Amino acid sequence: MKRRSLLLGATLASMLLSTSAFAATTLSMWYHGAGSDVEGKLINQVIDDFNASQSDWKVELQSFPQAVYNDSVTAAALAGNLPDILDVDGPNMPNWAWAGYMQPLKIDESKIANFLPGTKGVWNGQLYSIGLWDAAISLVTRKSYLDELGLRVPTLDQPWTAAEFADALAKAKASGKFKYALDLGTAWTGEWYPYAFSPFLQSFGGDIVDRSTYKTAEGALNGEAGIAWGKWWQSLFTDGYAQATQDPADRDNGFNTGAYAFSWNGNWAALGTLKAFEDTLFLPAPDFGNGPKIGAASWQFGVSAKSAHPEGAAAFIEFALQDKYLAAFSNGIGLIPATPSAADLVDNYKPGGPLHVFFDYSNKTGLVRPVTPGYVVQAKVFEKAAADIAQGADVEETLDAAVDEINADIEKNSGYGH
Amino acid sequence: MSAQVSSNASTSRAPDNHGLRLAVRYLVLVLIAIIFIFPLIFMIMSSLKPDGQLLSDTRSLAAFLPVGDISFDNYVDAFKRAPVLLFVTNSVIVTGVTVVLSLVVCSIAGFAFVFIDWRGRELMLTLLLATLIVPFETIAIPLLLIASKLPWIGAEGLTFGWLNSYQVQIVPFVVDGLTVYLFIQYFKDLPGELIEAARVEGATWWQVYRRIVMPLAGPVVATAAILKFLAMYNQYLWPLMVVQEETYRPVMVGLQYFFQLNRAWGEIMAYLSLITVPVLAFYLVLQRAFIASIASTGVKG
Amino acid sequence: MAGPAIFLIGLFVVVPFLFAIGLSFTDQRLVTPNPTQFVGASNYNQLLGLNLLPLEPERDAAGQIVRDEAGAAKYPAVRSFTRKNPDYPQYDGMREWFSVGVGDTQWVVLARDVVFMTALVNTFIFVLVVAPLQGGLALGLALLINQKLRGINVFRAIYFMPVVVSIVVVSLLWRFIYDGNSGLLNNLLKSLTFGAFPSVEWLGQPETALGAIIVMSVWQAVGFHMVIWLSGLQTISPTLYEAASIEGASKWQVFRYVTWPGLRNTAVLVLVVITMQAFGLFSQIDVMTKGGPLDSTQTIVFQAVQRGYGKQDISGGSTISVILFVLVLSISLIQRWLTREKR
Repeated sequence: MKRRSLLLGATLASMLLSTSAFAATTLSMWYHGAGSDVEGKLINQVIDDFNASQSDWKVELQSFPQAVYNDSVTAAALAGNLPDILDVDGPNMPNWAWAGYMQPLKIDESKIANFLPGTKGVWNGQLYSIGLWDAAISLVTRKSYLDELGLRVPTLDQPWTAAEFADALAKAKASGKFKYALDLGTAWTGEWYPYAFSPFLQSFGGDIVDRSTYKTAEGALNGEAGIAWGKWWQSLFTDGYAQATQDPADRDNGFNTGAYAFSWNGNWAALGTLKAFEDTLFLPAPDFGNGPKIGAASWQFGVSAKSAHPEGAAAFIEFALQDKYLAAFSNGIGLIPATPSAADLVDNYKPGGPLHVFFDYSNKTGLVRPVTPGYVVQAKVFEKAAADIAQGADVEETLDAAVDEINADIEKNSGYGH
Repeated sequence: MSAQVSSNASTSRAPDNHGLRLAVRYLVLVLIAIIFIFPLIFMIMSSLKPDGQLLSDTRSLAAFLPVGDISFDNYVDAFKRAPVLLFVTNSVIVTGVTVVLSLVVCSIAGFAFVFIDWRGRELMLTLLLATLIVPFETIAIPLLLIASKLPWIGAEGLTFGWLNSYQVQIVPFVVDGLTVYLFIQYFKDLPGELIEAARVEGATWWQVYRRIVMPLAGPVVATAAILKFLAMYNQYLWPLMVVQEETYRPVMVGLQYFFQLNRAWGEIMAYLSLITVPVLAFYLVLQRAFIASIASTGVKG
Repeated sequence: MAGPAIFLIGLFVVVPFLFAIGLSFTDQRLVTPNPTQFVGASNYNQLLGLNLLPLEPERDAAGQIVRDEAGAAKYPAVRSFTRKNPDYPQYDGMREWFSVGVGDTQWVVLARDVVFMTALVNTFIFVLVVAPLQGGLALGLALLINQKLRGINVFRAIYFMPVVVSIVVVSLLWRFIYDGNSGLLNNLLKSLTFGAFPSVEWLGQPETALGAIIVMSVWQAVGFHMVIWLSGLQTISPTLYEAASIEGASKWQVFRYVTWPGLRNTAVLVLVVITMQAFGLFSQIDVMTKGGPLDSTQTIVFQAVQRGYGKQDISGGSTISVILFVLVLSISLIQRWLTREKR
């Protein structure tokens, strides 16, 4: 009820304001954080500060639940109803930019010089979006588990090799202490699959699509490296180290209740795990031959193509890039602040903080997902291939079929502008 | 119905035998009832428990019992996370208005199809039945393009585009093939002599519809109302596409507020319990009216 | 008088569907800057294309069939014919759907879109199992609940209760029931068999996933059809039952010659409604399995949605819905013809 009256008040206020000659121009903004109290407060703080800091622009927020955000934007674009400022998930940006939903973001480049690489959304040589934070994945375990199993603690300089990782899983399974050695989060269907699992493929030397041209997946996904990845991936399940089908509840609760020895999980879950076990370790990704790799790029801000006031939208985004907001978001939702100076302001991420490792992982091992408008489809194809292989489908045949589907899609879209 | 019961009673001779049979009957009824109700009990009980316990309780019978750390915290948190009352209100408004409009428009159409002779009736009937087959998901995009251009006269005068409103969630669903079909099937079985007699006496079609046909239509109205209510209350894809403002969001889109990366299952259960209440209430009210109307008319057969 | 209804359904169903039919002959994408092009029937070919590939067993230099220890003949990989083989352009891009061995030759049925073929088959299985099962159980329940017993209304309300809970909610709840580790069903079966029953991932195995969804779907919707049957039962004239009991008819005879004939119209209605609903199977799949594991729960509407929205291929999605429309239309014409014949 309170929200309603607030909204009514806001509408009334804006009606009154619009009659006055010196009114600020309203900029609409969409954000994916509905349902998250903390995120709502944080973004509203930025908006309130911005609105108070100048008199030309007035940003108005509309929040959506994350699960329906992309579909809402697509529908709104079809109906010609996009806002001025868009929130966009990093890997989706090229698709929206290519389709004409977004326009290049004109902000002072020097302001983002020290931002983490994964936070910059660049397509066709132009900056379209910028993130206040990045997310990173680590191999979560406990010091006591490693000691018990007689395993060394890997570091970014000396990550586990494929053989060491295999040894760790085998020992964890043999110990009989755990229901499964590894929690991969297969319960999280959707973007989690390409985000979390394609970096394994990239560490093997393969990829979802050939990044030199973005016109084919042949050789990248079904080449030697791809097949090696597929066989390894399948063995995780056939050897009984991980579950191909996992219940969401096990994912949310499993590691913290001791069901798994290792968990492949994002930094947003890190604080909860630290609360459950004091000796939690966040290990870097294993190296399968081409260096440890994790996915980069999280939610970012950009300007919609239909916006009549891109300079106002850009002014807001530039305003939001202050270290204090980066730090506030990091404190609130546990994500990695985009700059080292902001990280210094966050207890968890400052040097010596319990989550500081994530900053390095993101900086040194983060790899953005294929920067192409076709990624949206390629991600779905990869997800199905990974799930099918996990369920026991023939590796080579599945990867070949995935390549065919990706290539057919690229052709259907006249090369996606590459 | 009464005949059935009396014949059953006459076949049972000894009174203790009768008692035993009665007990067996109730036992069967209760066992079936358990099958139908246990997930709902699980939902309600879970909504009272903290997440950790909720998940560990699923391993035992405790899942169905209010044991352990019981509280209404999840409900409080659910209200904090999302404007639950707003969502329920929106859904009830959209659903209620659609059901009422639908019953009126579809029953009139059904009446016209069954009793009135007009040119093109057969063709229209075939077309109408064919629309039963079109899954909504497949026409959503064209429908969106249409709805985003339609005119509307409201408080702000003539406007174009229905996005972010109640009418965009209501008007496209007022008529559906199934509801009209239900009325047609029912009206076909009504005694035609009644209608003919009324027409001979000079009654207009409108009078026949209101005075003769609709008073007999209780059961089908109830069936159609329940079906429509359920379909509307559970709308998800369409409001997701046409509503960008929280002010008009319905319950099923609201459910997504609870699917954050780390799920709060207790809150989800609390929300699910809350949004199920209006539907249950609607059914219980309708059930009484429904059974009463069947008992009073008895026109068929 | 039917004017308003026809206008509304025309504007909001017929026109959009005609639009969808139009899209199925183009390459329209959901999100794209490219112009739309007419592509003829190629979307249909892409979905429905089938071919037959006779595979001869591999032979060694002496012309003998190569066999493994068990005596089974060894065949060349299907992929060697369907991927980049200029000698067989007709097979290019196809995949094995299934194969039948006749003598030493293995006849491989190739499909351009194996997933869609699987979705077609799964949907038919679902309809063929659910229609009689749900209709029959609903009738049984209706007969059971149509007794004059104290408190029968309570049971009636309870049996109906799953219907009022949204299928999305039901699917979420049943995931807890079907969970492979701590699921309620596994625990129940374990305690009934004193631990002898092994844990099953009901939704995680191709063999059980569709069955699990069928059971849940029947559970959810059976109450609704029970109510339809019930309204049919209650309109059968009591005098017919009286006459039957005077003639000393058995319970079965009463059902066969009084109840069942009186339910004919209801039966048609129930059959039509169940069939329509079953062909639209989507929400359960979307919440519970997303078509997996290994495509064992792919369905037509799920594929239409996944392509149209997920993969932004709106013309492909539209094509699927047109195919579904033609399919269900022919089936209901057959149904109508069959039910007419018996009158």
